Amino acid sequence: MLAFLATTIFCFVIWLLLTNNGNMWGMDEIFAGIVFSVIAGIVSRKIFVKDMKMANPKRWFMLLAYLPRFFYEMAKANFDVAYRVITGKIKPGIVKISPGLKNDLSLTILANSITLTPGTLSVDVDDERNLFVHWINVKEEVLEKMPREYKPICSNFPDWARRIGE
Amino acid sequence: MIWEILCIFLGIGIIFNILASIGLLRFPDVYTRLHAGTKCTTFGSIFICFSAILYGLWRWHDGEKQMLAISIHSFLALIAILLTNPTGAHAIARAAHRSGVKPVKAIVDDLEEVKND
Repeated sequence: MLAFLATTIFCFVIWLLLTNNGNMWGMDEIFAGIVFSVIAGIVSRKIFVKDMKMANPKRWFMLLAYLPRFFYEMAKANFDVAYRVITGKIKPGIVKISPGLKNDLSLTILANSITLTPGTLSVDVDDERNLFVHWINVKEEVLEKMPREYKPICSNFPDWARRIGE
Repeated sequence: MIWEILCIFLGIGIIFNILASIGLLRFPDVYTRLHAGTKCTTFGSIFICFSAILYGLWRWHDGEKQMLAISIHSFLALIAILLTNPTGAHAIARAAHRSGVKPVKAIVDDLEEVKND
């Protein structure tokens, strides 16, 4: 029931934002929005809300605190890729990292962050939640040990993902 | 003043999208091309969205009420790009590796070793 309500309200807010044209909404728009939100809520409540963990406002604050650092890393990533596009210097490889995360939400956040930050692209994930990361400029010191260090690959993103999603 | 900021944002966005297209042509295999195709296009599109948001807010402030819709829609598009672009890249990379595409010039491939075990 709570999952249904959360999904419906979310859909309704998105509907209101999309149908806004600078004036107030008419009654017909609001009524159609409620009908479609209820349908979407019934259909997708089990996909949209897996558990009530994200209802904790602390996690939303962590997410907000994470965004500036993430954007800084993303800007760095773009200059890095721009440099490699122009010079053509690449040394690619696929490395396995074990971030030690426990649920799928934090793993999704980590994988998306890895894809958008410098020189790394998440390729695959196995049953023990180890990530396989395509790295465009492999550093030699990481290749020496077999349980790879994740610090040089994705700095402290696993800690942030753990704080947000677990 | 605002017009110049808009032009700078659009310029940054276009430069990064051009770099992404050059990267798609220059890089040797699917994984390195995905690097160019995800990072640069996301960043470039973010700046183009910022520019659209700012333009909408500016015209809204000048009294054209319906221009607020441009800002809101661009913001929703921005969030959608940020969520779907890395997910799509992940799906393409995984499908490529499963269908046997080897990374060109790779000095290490842990995933291949796992599959052979």
